[in-house]
Amino acid sequence: MARINSAAELEERRLGILSKRDPNKLCIAVCNGNGCSGRNEGIISVFTEELGKQSLDGKVDVRATGCHGFCEKGPFVVIYPEEICYTGVTLEDVPEIVAQTVVGNQVVDRLVYTDPATGEKAVRQSDIPYYKNQTRLLMGNNPMINPKDIDEYLALGGYAGLSKALFEMTPEQVLEEIKKANLRGRGGGGFPAGSKWETTRNAPEKVKYVIVNGHEGEPGAFMDRALFTGNPHLVLEGLIIGAYAIGSHLGFIYTRHDSPELLANIRTALKQAEEYGLLGKDIMGSGFDFEVEVHFDIGIFVSGESSALMRSIEGKAPEPTPKYIRTSVSGIWGKPSNLNNIETWANVPQIISKGSEWYSTIGTERSKGTKLISFFGNVCNTGVVEVPFGTSLKEIVYGFGGGIPNGKKLKAVHFGGAMGGSLPASMIDTPLDFDGLAKVGAQIGAGALMVLDEDTCMVDLARFFMKFLSEESCGKCVPCREGVRQMLNILTNITEGKGKEGDIELLEEISEVVGEAALCSLGRTAPAPLLGMLNYFRDEFEAHIKEKRCPAHFCKNLQ
Amino acid sequence: MSKILIKIDGREFEASEGMTILQAAKEVGVEIPTLCYYEKLEPYGGCRLCTVEAEIRGRSKLVAACLYPVEKDLIVRTRTEKVDQIRKMLLELMLAHAPASRDLQAYAEEYGADKNRFQKESSFCIHCGLCVRYCAEIKKKEVITFVDRGTNREISFIPEIASQECENCKECFPLCPTEALQAAYVLTQALSFPSLQSVTE
Repeated sequence: MARINSAAELEERRLGILSKRDPNKLCIAVCNGNGCSGRNEGIISVFTEELGKQSLDGKVDVRATGCHGFCEKGPFVVIYPEEICYTGVTLEDVPEIVAQTVVGNQVVDRLVYTDPATGEKAVRQSDIPYYKNQTRLLMGNNPMINPKDIDEYLALGGYAGLSKALFEMTPEQVLEEIKKANLRGRGGGGFPAGSKWETTRNAPEKVKYVIVNGHEGEPGAFMDRALFTGNPHLVLEGLIIGAYAIGSHLGFIYTRHDSPELLANIRTALKQAEEYGLLGKDIMGSGFDFEVEVHFDIGIFVSGESSALMRSIEGKAPEPTPKYIRTSVSGIWGKPSNLNNIETWANVPQIISKGSEWYSTIGTERSKGTKLISFFGNVCNTGVVEVPFGTSLKEIVYGFGGGIPNGKKLKAVHFGGAMGGSLPASMIDTPLDFDGLAKVGAQIGAGALMVLDEDTCMVDLARFFMKFLSEESCGKCVPCREGVRQMLNILTNITEGKGKEGDIELLEEISEVVGEAALCSLGRTAPAPLLGMLNYFRDEFEAHIKEKRCPAHFCKNLQ
Repeated sequence: MSKILIKIDGREFEASEGMTILQAAKEVGVEIPTLCYYEKLEPYGGCRLCTVEAEIRGRSKLVAACLYPVEKDLIVRTRTEKVDQIRKMLLELMLAHAPASRDLQAYAEEYGADKNRFQKESSFCIHCGLCVRYCAEIKKKEVITFVDRGTNREISFIPEIASQECENCKECFPLCPTEALQAAYVLTQALSFPSLQSVTE
């Protein structure tokens, strides 16, 4: 395919793609996301086979898409243009779907979603409450895109943001727009992306780098993978726009080694974007050059920490280094390096296309836009949702999550994995907000929400997180390596009925030293979950130590 | 090079750009304890014993003196209650591994650290990395390295290279603040120099 050499040529290409499409042609979209791909293996090939038997090959499209988000009910099969949606589809259902729906234009009733609360059926995917109640600005296109085909992204308006940035805006104006939108980093800290971009842009070194942090190591976080695997061009477009604003000509995508589908889709996307002239030298004839390299880690949690990630890109062991000089000033090879996570970059194209004013209408006063949340644990539905900031945790757990299974009561929700924080059920009305949640001790982190029912022992959960960190700390600095080791010892003793008077105070004392003296943010936030639990569930720790009793009846030595 | 006026424990000092707090303190004559620092090597920031309080424009933070670069109007306090409390615990944590280390014991006395406070796990090594970094940075050999991570991290000689390099070097030995290095070496010696082994037996 020929290069695109101007904004007008991009629109021509888009119209060309659309004009070749028959809007009435049937398209069977099958979700091939991480959650479903175990269960939907073969569904796509059986569809192709079955269509062949009916002599329909070529007359009906079959599309393998990224994650649709409602993983609990997957695999999803959506038949366009009518958007007829089937849930939990198995290989055996395929011939019936082809015969009934594709040939006979009938809905297969038994595969249609039924709301467990109301008993109401929803034939179209967008009528299912789980989807209807979301604001799917980033994830919404996943069912409509084959991630391996750039044309499908272009058909939905892809790269219009980049075109606008390159031809209608100066880099300063792009930066200003991101600052005005108050886009905050979705990786954990919630740091304003615009300020970070500006620091990198203004740093004296001429060579600058931009980086996609696609490590997503937070346990239970799977929304970034869902987004990046399902719609890689969205992230890439955001990255190129950012590079233009910052004045960078080389970007890095740092991601996981253990998601082969993600790596394959990224590589395909880069190749196709380059062929189309959307990446590489003289992008779209604008004179702006930008290239991207892909790096992946070897499965170490700490390599998601920004300075460790940058050491890893340099080819060194992923060990954090102190950030007394910020990485946006001195990062990879001492050059200014701007790092944002997948979801942050994915927000950029729409802010440029639709403007910061539009973006600012979504969310709360200081947390703008939507947030992807992956939820799991003791909750009826597991999946990914995209909701505006300000949505209450209750809405997420009960509305989208469908509440707690087996008639159990909610005990707590935990945000942010091993360095996050828990909130008791009594605080479930708290709205989703960077600052609001941080204030009550539950940093959003990357957005993994673990739901805990009444059978959860908080002491054991604290021990579990500490065990995770004891294995995933890099081991470089004493407070993190040794502090975590001793806290794990103490917590293990408590759960085994060997807790002593003074243990809680000692845990607090170690936490303080680790929090203040550790080298990197992993170490400094390592005590966070424990401190949160000591704050809200102190009586449980005391029961274990003083009464040798586990109130949740979980700890085996304390029954 | 431009001069930067800073204050360390009340003493004013004109530091030059690029200096760390630790280097400046040495010039002023203020002693800051260190374990993983060695002037011939790149600062590492692993032991955190050199943690001090750094105040800039009214805001105070705890930083590693061996790494923190001096800046304008910096006020450093090296012996506050907080700093001493951190150092005491760091020493106690390390003493759980190397209770017999003379360096650690000397500091423990100064900071009132109790070597029996934490459950003992005598691995002897405190992971200061002096041997690993000396071998990599000065000797450019990388015979000794860290393996694994987190609480499982260890130093390890690579026998294939050790058999070529170590016998006549051993320059890292005097750097070790505990006995861990010798222990690791003895093990490697058995693997690398079987002939020597039979002589000593």
